Amino acid sequence: MPANPIQLRVNGKSVLVSAGTVLAAAIAQAGVTKFRRAVTGGPRGPLCGMGICMECRVTINGQTQCRSCQTLCEEGMEMRTDE
Amino acid sequence: MNHAFDIVIVGAGPAGLAAACAAAESGQRVAVLDDTPWLGGQIWRGEQSRPQLSQAQRWIERFRRSGATLLDRTSAIACPQPGVLLAEHPDEPREIHWQRLILATGAREMFLPFPGWTLPGIVGPGGLQALVKNGWPVDGKRIVVAGSGLLLLAVADGLKKHGAKIVSVSEQAPWSRVLGFGPALLSHPGKMLQGAGIKLRLLGVPYRCGVWPVKAEGDEQVRRVTLTDGRNTWTEDCDLFACGFNLVPNVELPLALGCALSDGFVRVNEWQAASVENVYCAGEPTGIGGVDCALVEGRIAGCAAGDRHAPAKALFAKRACWHRFRAALARAFALRPELKSLAADDTLICRCEDVTLGRMKQFNGWRDAKLQSRCGMGPCQGRVCGAAAKFILGRGMESVRPPVFPARVSSLITSGTSASNPNPNQTTT
Ligand SMILES: Cc1cc2nc3c(=O)[nH]c(=O)nc-3n(C[C@H](O)[C@H](O)[C@H](O)COP(=O)(O)OP(=O)(O)OC[C@H]3O[C@@H](n4cnc5c(N)ncnc54)[C@H](O)[C@@H]3O)c2cc1C
Ligand code: FES
Repeated sequence: MPANPIQLRVNGKSVLVSAGTVLAAAIAQAGVTKFRRAVTGGPRGPLCGMGICMECRVTINGQTQCRSCQTLCEEGMEMRTDE
Repeated sequence: MNHAFDIVIVGAGPAGLAAACAAAESGQRVAVLDDTPWLGGQIWRGEQSRPQLSQAQRWIERFRRSGATLLDRTSAIACPQPGVLLAEHPDEPREIHWQRLILATGAREMFLPFPGWTLPGIVGPGGLQALVKNGWPVDGKRIVVAGSGLLLLAVADGLKKHGAKIVSVSEQAPWSRVLGFGPALLSHPGKMLQGAGIKLRLLGVPYRCGVWPVKAEGDEQVRRVTLTDGRNTWTEDCDLFACGFNLVPNVELPLALGCALSDGFVRVNEWQAASVENVYCAGEPTGIGGVDCALVEGRIAGCAAGDRHAPAKALFAKRACWHRFRAALARAFALRPELKSLAADDTLICRCEDVTLGRMKQFNGWRDAKLQSRCGMGPCQGRVCGAAAKFILGRGMESVRPPVFPARVSSLITSGTSASNPNPNQTTT
């Protein structure tokens, strides 16, 4: 268990992460590999890890199309990946 | 919200931090803006929450004491008129006024398409490293590393420290060229390499040159990678595949400002001044030279922008030394022509709009392909497929239309610019 953990929810599942963790990492820690579905349906996950490819987009607190690799985890965040 | 400064720096990586410290010493009002919530750019990312590198700590501390303002989570997206940058922040659009501007926008990894390259679990080596620094779990994971550049070694070493099992590291450049790079390394006490190649082999990780990936397979994520040395082909099982082919400069913002390029990099003079008045550029957009090259260029740009020419000049010899290192890097890790034919006609090139290579080939140029197939029109705005298309087909992005990042419409309305958003429903944080 991390020191001073931050609690958030990934697809409804509760995850504890340490401060300084990005959302993409929290999603991976929750065991999710597929972040979004491409326009022709294929599964996708982070590619660049630095905010330029947009493959890591997820819904954060109801806001769609957020880059999970550039967003730090905050207490109570609700996060959803594509089905 | 409006902000006004004497010197504004875009990018808080090594080049931007060094520029900010040098500029602040001239007593001017200095601001640095960065897209990310942290300081340090790519290499020093994560150093604020988990300090590890003393060089990073020194520069971050120096920046904090410099008096420069940090505007984080702020992406520069357009330049509606000289002296004004339009930026996006999660809470509000920002208009930032400058007298002098230093562009330190860094570089990104180059990704080349091959069958299967869109599977989850295939990540750029630098990108994976960056994610791991911010908590991505790799403990016990089997990782194949392939592509090109010194970054492969540094990353493999870093991942191993985090508990990953590195299956192999494959460099596309042949041994003869990589070994030829040796003398350049010896004269620059190996900052980027950190003796990583030798260390890896001591740790039992094979480092092979003249080997490249031909395909990746898996169901909903990557499971195995096929590699070749041009004669033999074999398959390796993995949980993650870190694959990237050197770096390409982030020149979208410099282009949007009208800065001239030369060979794909921003053209600068001895003071790091670009072709546009009062605009400077430092670090990777001027050439891929590593962290020390970025630091010295940033310092020169910061001094010059603050009209302190003597301290800038005192750094010229050091910069020349790193420029030789930079030229040696480019020679050693030049991409082999075989990589142009990895993608099949049904391989996707544009990952945002799912455009295949076959479809792209039907068009005459990048512009034509863009209009007809939407290739490069998606949210990454050609940042991934543009460089790949240029390498494979010899055609790529010729110009940039603002905004350089997909922006919330509100940012653009505030500015009253004519910039159009290719995808109005798209938002980014
Ligand atoms: C993904 C990645 C990982 C890397 N990892 C390593 C490593 O582990 N070890 C190593 O030796 N080298 C690494 N490198 C190489 C390293 O980046 C360079 O050697 C060095 O950091 C270059 O410094 P820089 O200041 O020029 O650019 P960067 O460090 O890239 O900094 C540029 C900064 O500008 C910001 N930016 C860009 N455009 C905008 C905009 N429009 N608005 C606001 N902000 C913007 C970016 O967010 C970034 O923080 C990596 C490179 C990449 C691409
Ligand atoms: S992984 Fe590329 S934008 Fe997040």
